[in-house]
Amino acid sequence: MEHNSTSYQDRIKDFDWSISEKELGYKRGDVLNIGWYCSDRICQMGKADKLALVWENSAGEERKFTYNDVRRTSNSIGAYLRSLGIKDGDRVCLFMDKIPELYIGFLGVLKIGAIAQPLFSAFGDESLFVRLKDAGTRAIITQRKHVSKVRKILAQLPSLERIIVVDHDGKKPLQEKEVAFSIYDGKGVESLDIFPTTAESPSVLHYTSGTTGQPKGVKHVHYSLISQYLTAKWVLDLKDSDIYWCTADPGWVTGTSYGIIAPFALGVTQCVQDVGFSAEGWYKFIEKCKVTVWYSAPTAIRSLMKAGDEAVKKYNMSSLRHLCSVGEPLNSEAVIWSERVFGLPFHDTYWQTETGSIMITNLPGMKVKPGSMGRAFPGITATVLDIHTSEPITSPGKVGLIAIKPGWPSMMRAYWNNEHAYKGKFKNNWYLPGDRSSIDSDGYFWFAGRDDDIINTGGHLVSPFEVESALLEHESVAESAVVAKPDQINMEVVKAFVSLKPGFNPSGDLELEIMNFIRKKLSPLAMPQEIEYVKSLPKTRSGKIMRRLLRAKEWGQEIGDTSTLEDDE
Amino acid sequence: MDDMREVVLKYVIQEYLEEGDDDINYDSPLISSGTVDSFSMVSLKRFLENKYKISIPDDKATPEAFDSVNKIVTLVKQYL
Repeated sequence: MEHNSTSYQDRIKDFDWSISEKELGYKRGDVLNIGWYCSDRICQMGKADKLALVWENSAGEERKFTYNDVRRTSNSIGAYLRSLGIKDGDRVCLFMDKIPELYIGFLGVLKIGAIAQPLFSAFGDESLFVRLKDAGTRAIITQRKHVSKVRKILAQLPSLERIIVVDHDGKKPLQEKEVAFSIYDGKGVESLDIFPTTAESPSVLHYTSGTTGQPKGVKHVHYSLISQYLTAKWVLDLKDSDIYWCTADPGWVTGTSYGIIAPFALGVTQCVQDVGFSAEGWYKFIEKCKVTVWYSAPTAIRSLMKAGDEAVKKYNMSSLRHLCSVGEPLNSEAVIWSERVFGLPFHDTYWQTETGSIMITNLPGMKVKPGSMGRAFPGITATVLDIHTSEPITSPGKVGLIAIKPGWPSMMRAYWNNEHAYKGKFKNNWYLPGDRSSIDSDGYFWFAGRDDDIINTGGHLVSPFEVESALLEHESVAESAVVAKPDQINMEVVKAFVSLKPGFNPSGDLELEIMNFIRKKLSPLAMPQEIEYVKSLPKTRSGKIMRRLLRAKEWGQEIGDTSTLEDDE
Repeated sequence: MDDMREVVLKYVIQEYLEEGDDDINYDSPLISSGTVDSFSMVSLKRFLENKYKISIPDDKATPEAFDSVNKIVTLVKQYL
């Protein structure tokens, strides 16, 4: 099959984002509403009866939605939110597992001009609280299995006026501010006055972890569609006939940019599986749905590798024609493995919450260098900057800070309530994602690591500060330091160094208790996979914990300058 | 065996099930259903090791081996 993307050179020649605008029928100054583009427009193009979403869960339940179903159902959700007094600019949190209400509800929120705030449903009450408080969220759409977390924090969230439960079964009474709403009641709303958002109207608020301080709300606007549409068409190579599977959860940016917005804007059929990980379960799903384009993550790919080649051979994988990966560096072994078992390489893609869409990538047809992130997407000016001078590095192979020239359509517009942190992301008119890389003589980027203490575990960023703060809330913990520890599957996992208060003794049971404490309070991702008890933590003379030193030990690296160290344990 | 099954089932219900989750039994899928995610599996492994004073090698602690209470019990018994 011919690729949507011809050659890299052809694509970068005379590139302009207006290519995407023209294909979407958008002209500067027009109304631009992602909710409308992802449903109503596709129906108007004659695809109302085409399948938009095929969903199944672990119990074997299956649901299918055509584009007309998505249009009407998102209208229903929008109309219902309006009836509750939700208006444009209000933040509406989507706190659900990967159920249809999440995908379609996202569009419904956007259709009324409100801002969609998706949050990972495995977040504990503390993680949920800080994000809802910061955003001043007015309504949350959730499931009855997660509503208890909301109840725990409701009294501290005066802005939160409505809790919408999408699967209320009447067995237990609803409580204060809770209302029941089901997308399966009635036939949906045929017509909705879609709020006339424009290019710069806020659309999505995703929260991401920072090295210090609380998580930051990354504000995106409706114009992000221009980048998301074209990158999905050229990088993921999505075509009208494709069956697409993005394994990411819409609680994170991949799950919204390429799990909702891009595939729906392109009018393709996508499949969603609301289950946990199992190699055979995934292969079975690909075989059953006849998935053609698959967008996954290195952690999942390495888990599939671990399950062995025999598991793949039991299933018919011949429908697959294009594979992509995102979230963390894709190791060369994974690319070589996928070529062997699927006859196709995984194409790495590099981007992050703040960029909103793919920045550096391997376009279909481009030579894939296993282990490399690929080259800058057309229209993206990317380089690496010298760590000391902040000037672009011209020597191939020299590691520096990845830097991207601002101005692409899906670039974040702000950190919510945090102008200072937003300004800190730029240097010499370059946007700095916080990663280090080198560039080879062919223009391919090679990832070299984070430039800060943030932990990338399974493609998700975890703030050591957030985990350390939560650890201090455990009755036994006097001091804590959290660093990344290398891991074969997840690339990195959370490791905590803990000193105990008098009266508490190190033990395996206490370690488990602390692990579970963090898992429930923050999330399973943030749970330390290992806790090391120490008498004291290494600090500078000014009292700052030297995470750098602890991290270096974990990675077997040089410890470096310790002249400011207060106490070398 | 029955006692161990009860202990493991009770622990899974207490630690990993959300309020509105369906009931589970000894054969209910845990990992493949998403009831216990792959990160939380580490804490479940640690619980088994502490409780039964065993060490389960990492390469044996697979999502498949942890996918139900009965499978977990079979795994644990190999290291008692």
